[in-house]
Amino acid sequence: MTLPTRRRVLRYLLSGSTALAAPAGLFAKEYGRGEGMPWSPLEGEIPYHGTQEAHFFTPDERATVAAICARLIPSGDDGPGATEADVVTFLDRQMAGFYGRGQHWYMQGPFAEGTATQGYQSEHPPAELYRRALAELDAWCRAQDGGPFAALTAERQDEVLTGLDEEEITFEGVSAKTFFDLILRNTIEGYFADPIYGGNRGMIAWEYIGFPGTRYDYRDFVSHDGAPIRLPPVSLLGRPGWSAP
Amino acid sequence: MIRTIAAAGLACALSAGASGAQELSFSQVDRGRYLTLAGDCKACHTDLENDGVPFAGGRALGTPFGTIYSANLTPDDETGLGLWSREDFYNALNEGIDREGRHLYPAMPYPYFTLMTRDQTDAIFAYLRTLEPVHAEEPENDLPFPLDIRLSVSGWKLLFFEDKSFVSMQDRSEAWNRGRYLVDGPLHCGACHSGKNLLGADADGEYLRGGVLENWYAPNIRGGENGGIADWTAEEIVEFLKIGRTSHTAPMQRMGEVVALSTQHLSVEDLGAVATYLKSLDDDLPEDADTPDQARLETGEGLYFDNCAACHAADRSGVPYFFAPLDSSNKVVADDPSTAIRIILGGARAQPTEAVPSMLAMPPFAWKLNDAQIADLLTYLRATGPRPAAPVSAGQVAEMREYLAEEH
Amino acid sequence: MTKQLPPVDVVLVGFGWTGAIYAEKLTAAGLEVLALERGPWRDTPGDFATTFAQDELRYYWRHGMFQEASQSTVTFRNNSAQTALPMRHWGSFLPGNGVGGSGVHWNGQTYRFLPSDFVARSHNEERYGRLPEDMTVQDYGVTYEELEPHFDYFEKICGICGKAGNLRGETVEGGNPYEGARSDEYPNPPMQMTFSQDRFEAAARDIGLNPFPVPSANMSRAYTNPLGLQLAPCTYCGFCEKHGCGNYSKSSPQTTIIPVLMQRPNFALRTHSEVLKIETEGGGSRTSGVTYIDTSGDTFFQPAEIVVLCAYPLENTRLMLLSEIGEPYDPRTGEGVVGKNYCYQVMSGATVFFDEEFTNGFVGAGALGMVADDYNGDNFDHSGLGFIGGGYIACYTTNARPIESHPVPDGTPGWGAEWKRAVQANYLKTATVGVHGASMAHRSNYLDLDPTYTDSYGRPLLRMTYDFTVNDRRLTEHITPVAEEIARGMGGREVNVSARRGSYDSVPYQTTHNTGGTIMGTDPASSVVNRYGQSWDVPNLFVAGAGLFPQNAGYNPTGTVGALAYWSVDAIINQYLPQPGPLVQA
Repeated sequence: MTLPTRRRVLRYLLSGSTALAAPAGLFAKEYGRGEGMPWSPLEGEIPYHGTQEAHFFTPDERATVAAICARLIPSGDDGPGATEADVVTFLDRQMAGFYGRGQHWYMQGPFAEGTATQGYQSEHPPAELYRRALAELDAWCRAQDGGPFAALTAERQDEVLTGLDEEEITFEGVSAKTFFDLILRNTIEGYFADPIYGGNRGMIAWEYIGFPGTRYDYRDFVSHDGAPIRLPPVSLLGRPGWSAP
Repeated sequence: MIRTIAAAGLACALSAGASGAQELSFSQVDRGRYLTLAGDCKACHTDLENDGVPFAGGRALGTPFGTIYSANLTPDDETGLGLWSREDFYNALNEGIDREGRHLYPAMPYPYFTLMTRDQTDAIFAYLRTLEPVHAEEPENDLPFPLDIRLSVSGWKLLFFEDKSFVSMQDRSEAWNRGRYLVDGPLHCGACHSGKNLLGADADGEYLRGGVLENWYAPNIRGGENGGIADWTAEEIVEFLKIGRTSHTAPMQRMGEVVALSTQHLSVEDLGAVATYLKSLDDDLPEDADTPDQARLETGEGLYFDNCAACHAADRSGVPYFFAPLDSSNKVVADDPSTAIRIILGGARAQPTEAVPSMLAMPPFAWKLNDAQIADLLTYLRATGPRPAAPVSAGQVAEMREYLAEEH
Repeated sequence: MTKQLPPVDVVLVGFGWTGAIYAEKLTAAGLEVLALERGPWRDTPGDFATTFAQDELRYYWRHGMFQEASQSTVTFRNNSAQTALPMRHWGSFLPGNGVGGSGVHWNGQTYRFLPSDFVARSHNEERYGRLPEDMTVQDYGVTYEELEPHFDYFEKICGICGKAGNLRGETVEGGNPYEGARSDEYPNPPMQMTFSQDRFEAAARDIGLNPFPVPSANMSRAYTNPLGLQLAPCTYCGFCEKHGCGNYSKSSPQTTIIPVLMQRPNFALRTHSEVLKIETEGGGSRTSGVTYIDTSGDTFFQPAEIVVLCAYPLENTRLMLLSEIGEPYDPRTGEGVVGKNYCYQVMSGATVFFDEEFTNGFVGAGALGMVADDYNGDNFDHSGLGFIGGGYIACYTTNARPIESHPVPDGTPGWGAEWKRAVQANYLKTATVGVHGASMAHRSNYLDLDPTYTDSYGRPLLRMTYDFTVNDRRLTEHITPVAEEIARGMGGREVNVSARRGSYDSVPYQTTHNTGGTIMGTDPASSVVNRYGQSWDVPNLFVAGAGLFPQNAGYNPTGTVGALAYWSVDAIINQYLPQPGPLVQA
């Protein structure tokens, strides 16, 4: 393997006018040309999206969402549920951000229903889907039970959710099943994601199941041989033990 | 003129001839090139931050007194050394005086280069004359009154500068003398690694015991008993300077620049001489350090395990040649912890060299850890290593954080 | 108006694993090489530092590492009777994006295909008789023996950690007894196995199989590769696949090649530059370069002597179709080649639930596993079984990231109090024995251009028509019970089997092993490129990646992708450059 000669390197360094030099007017970023790996102190793509306080839900919507989450992952003696984990705050931020907008998704038409194997085909990105479905859900509950979803008993709420899941209850404008699948998935996300996103408050869910979080070195534990490993969980912004009480 | 033994250790000697052809002969130019590598001239005299042309000057050099811009060394008639003579050039390096007789600011380390002989400055001059002339005006220096008046430097020189030549010690080996010549002369290690007084000159008694430049603490590089690199062997010192890696650490930031542009290109013999000399420098025992309270040690330990162990290992042994073992780090336990603080806040990267092209980088923690946390972490590391050092305060971290915020 | 740029020797379209391999070899040979990457720059300290890489939501669920579907996606249908609809967000596979491509977020499971895999048609027909008509299985045109030095080199560049089973023809204890002969041992010893692997190993041996450690690109120790680049020891962090590695312990283009490339003045990389078309001249007999667009919205024509497609099988196929290079494949007639033989992987498994023991999945790495190859390739007698090929059976411990991994026993409700209790009770106490099944080519599985949906520049999206075949079903039905048997021998409370049933579902994640579309072969009537990856139609156009596979084997593709890349670039340097033109006479 022969590297270019020093003279050639020098020529490139000094002239800067080879074919590889970025022609004027190029927007693209250029790398290479003997300049090594770029690096600057203090730089990095630290978590940003979804970590800032943001709101999408109206108070009514928020109440409905909170009630749904509380049934999907209920509170109990055995451990915290979506309520303690503040999943509704997570969802609020998510719907207000790029995820709710479906910004990274392919949302060009035409839209068609698709087979079971073709995935999400709604013309509505998540936030829109939530908005419409929540309205329809509350309307359905008012018609059936005289009050919005949040006002129903826990038992009745479970029945309604089961109805959505098993496609016994349908909506007019959006697919109730698609909505149910989505909010279940998002609730699990909010329950188990890093607290920086608004849910899993105080790492309560990680504590509950025994997940040590963002730790990055388990070399001393590889030979656990089936024994439990109990380490207090750490999140991206740390844990209580990082600061003196 | 005291004859210098050191000259023999460098590239082949050449008598100072008068003819132009001999002046620009291959051997003379090559000797000059080697000396500019040893002196690391390109680093200061190239605007590295803005992809400047090599040796065309214009780099902003931060000093405690303000910003100074480096000169254009290419042989441009208007803006460079085109009209300079060899005599002019010698005077600049030997006495700190330019062609017009004005004083140079000692940001140009002529207090060190004064040890170089006329022979050597002629060779450097010959090399510089082979460069493409580049028309480049340097910006105005940004210094407060009265320092912006060059005459003020004459006062400084009166107090602190001595035009001297190198004197070798007869009772020491040739390698030791050569190493001392290089360290105190062309390599000008003390410019960063020796503590300075308030007026920016080398402070008494702080020779190579660590110094601050541009808010980087250049650590203690005495290699003898109790020195900052007492744990290093001479071979490791050579390794560090030549390939940019040892089992202990890698050169980073400013020292990375020095290795990349200067020492990796020097001969192994010369680097060995430097190592021989540095290993001979003992230091005093450090003062006993205060023990911090237990709560800080506990939080510091937790912080270490959660944040640092993935690279530096749970027992701080790191990965030799990859991630620094922390117990032998002369930055962690330095009197002045500012380099350690700065690295934790802003991150650092191991300098890639020709021999070791990997750029291993430590990420910045500024967004993730607050001042108290970084202070507790460093306090823990400093208190529990083999050479205990004093605690670090949250205030020290805050200061560095503010500085970095301004710089970026 | 398209602006013309100064010419270069080589343009690489895409800059992941194959882009880095071609760039390193071609620049070392003195050529001026320009890589054009659609996505952004990515490197360890800035993009997946140890301070924030451990973010399951961001990197997996919000697709932080992957190609953005809004920029470009594929449309999908199971068969030609259906209308293909866009994959509006990724599911069963996760294409990479940016510098390093999926080489940044892969697991690191690095296998070599078997010698018989490269001659799947001739080998199997010789042993078992004629294959069914609609199985369009073909030989690669290159043999394992020819590729062996390149496998060896790629493994050394990556620092693969494993144990040889066949060293120069001698069977070696502890490795894979079925593997093709290796010229050298792996550059690093195997990773340290955990509890689940130990149980799997014992159970597999009990039923007469030959388990061995998975060849891993997660380092078992500090390593310096032949280019002088350093990889640090893996810390079993459990944030491997779908994530970038924060401490340089996973082989990727960034850790194994790119820093050296960046020091070469004859290499340049432009990011945020999407190639729209491969331009041709001379009536389509030569490529003159590529047209690309960057974030300014301006288009540029970049002339080059050689163009190499390194943009992943899906995009490579699409670019050839959009540029009208090669005859597009028509599934009705069986004629044409571009888009033909799209293959995937047929995956299944058995999960064992423990009561007393903790498998501690968070102590994991992408390629931490034990594997048995007894049911892979033609390592077992297929007489009377009605299918060819096989798959490896492995027990990996890669993660316990809770959003992704919260297994519950069969019969548990999907939500509610009981579900929550089951999650808590079983978390950290499961292990999965998986089957990684081969995917044999079939005339009805193919890629072409979608008639309806377009990307943000108005170009047709790639359409994927794919479903599991009879061969797939028989294969998985035959081997999954073996996985189950092993799982039952691992000492848990119960075993749940996830069989692969029904149509291929594009929603749940399976693997990102999309192969074919630009297949290699010995006959231009049935392949897109020759055995060196050179286009039969355009001699100065080369294609890299798993798109070259005429069918997919029962292994992860990257090891073979790397070997083929080194094999091909070797041919460019030593055969093509001295004498440009077709390297194989059709």
